[in-house]
Amino acid sequence: MSETNESYKTNFAETKDIVFKIFRYDPDVNTEPHFDTFTVPVVKGWTVLDAVMHIKENMDSTVSYRASCRMGICGSCAMDINGKPRLACQTQVIAELQSDEVVIKPLANYPILRDIVPDLTPLIQNHEAVKPYIIRKDKEDQKNPKGELYQTPDELEEYLQFSYCIKCGACMAACPVVATDEEFPGPQALTQAYRYTIDTRDDGFMERIDSVDKTHGAWRCHFAGACSDACPKGVDPAFAIQLLKREITARKFGKKREPAPIAKQPVNVKRLESVPYPPEKTVK
Amino acid sequence: MKTVVQEKKTRPNRLGIGGWFYGGKYGAERYIFVLHRLAGLGILLYFIIHIFVTGQKIHGKEAWNAAMSSVSGTWFHIGEYLVFAAIAFHGLNGIRLILAEFGLVLGKPKRPIYPYTTANMRIRVLTWSMMILAAILMLVGGYDFFLMH
Amino acid sequence: MRESTLWFWHLIAGIVIIFVLGIHIGVMHLDKIMQAIGIMSAGDVLSYADVLARAKTIAYLIIYLLLMWFALYHGFYGLRSMILEISMSKTAQAVVNWVIFLFGFGLAVYGTYAIIIGYTMANA
Repeated sequence: MSETNESYKTNFAETKDIVFKIFRYDPDVNTEPHFDTFTVPVVKGWTVLDAVMHIKENMDSTVSYRASCRMGICGSCAMDINGKPRLACQTQVIAELQSDEVVIKPLANYPILRDIVPDLTPLIQNHEAVKPYIIRKDKEDQKNPKGELYQTPDELEEYLQFSYCIKCGACMAACPVVATDEEFPGPQALTQAYRYTIDTRDDGFMERIDSVDKTHGAWRCHFAGACSDACPKGVDPAFAIQLLKREITARKFGKKREPAPIAKQPVNVKRLESVPYPPEKTVK
Repeated sequence: MKTVVQEKKTRPNRLGIGGWFYGGKYGAERYIFVLHRLAGLGILLYFIIHIFVTGQKIHGKEAWNAAMSSVSGTWFHIGEYLVFAAIAFHGLNGIRLILAEFGLVLGKPKRPIYPYTTANMRIRVLTWSMMILAAILMLVGGYDFFLMH
Repeated sequence: MRESTLWFWHLIAGIVIIFVLGIHIGVMHLDKIMQAIGIMSAGDVLSYADVLARAKTIAYLIIYLLLMWFALYHGFYGLRSMILEISMSKTAQAVVNWVIFLFGFGLAVYGTYAIIIGYTMANA
């Protein structure tokens, strides 16, 4: 036990020895993957990420992991913790896992780069393929918008839940269809397809349809719900995909929707002198 | 400037068909999904055989009786009951899936406020009602299959 | 044809099957209970005479045809989904599509033939 560990023990009365089994794989050494075992004195309140950082700092500096914000915002540290994809930074070791042994594996269904770092390229490619941005019919208006677009609070609620996605990839690791189907866009991409399709400002249904309504599209989702259970942000991808199916079916049967109009510019209004002007554009 | 693109060395990690069956620590629906698949495959296999067996009726009484006796016996009877049970489960779960996939029972999206709920959790009453109904059907069927025949 | 069309009919077929198969199972497999509560008259539903008696009526002709067509479509679409979800090349996918289509179509032709011959035989 190193000195640092001892200082932890003196600083915090309550520690509990927990065995961490971490998946190890190094493509340069090209060894078969194996598990390394570390016994970590976990302080009450530690997250799994804290423990992994502790291992890297004090026990084995070759352990590779990916993390950045430590607060469930960036979505870098999703990993398979005790058989479920979770954000390491949001998973309390003692209070949440309630187990003396913590098994950490890389997210399933992605290629493994090294140790517990998955290669999220498929996620990003699928995400790009569904055109996750507002598409307007008027391309000139899309490039240089003439004004704001009308949207009511109710219309905002239609998609707001699905816009909380942080692209951590936990849903893709949970999905049983992604486990076999390489062409399936997966819960993340389909949820984003719905999030932009249902946005009242969007008019890109026909541009998005080819990536969604195909053989390996939304119809390969069978509502197993594992993605929603795994999602650390409450986005509920399974729900979004069912709504996407409904939306595509409704449009097949002739549902039409006009995108939100551009808000009218106020006329004959005098600017208050106390209101400052916006700064100059930094990017021209 | 010359850019060096390093070849990406990775190890594939898709779970494969084993991933269908490994339910993990997810909700009951994850297991129902696997059962739905297996039940569907079983029913389809039975159905294909069923078409050929019952098709024998067009060849007259002897052919029909021969076909019926070739699929009788305790094991065929138990197999038949399993198919009945699979149909009860697959059909009732199918009603739930159709309702959900047309987005009829799932409600509206709401802001994710901790503790998060999912659409699957919101319709769990429906899910379990369907499972209980399926169980009742299986019991009724079992009574008919094994106690009245 | 877009996948949504195939999928839509998969669901519609599911709804039709629930009703038609309900009748079929009630008559053929829960026969003793149906007889006990007096919905059906007593007898062996699997005897050849009973089979011909059912095949005679136009209602059963329609029920059998509907059940067979929709069940074949529903079943083979489901099987195709499962097979295609296992990753394979585009060529292999095309082969799977054709094999499943031809197999299902062949079964439908044979089944339709058997049901219609049964109907004409019983009415002869």
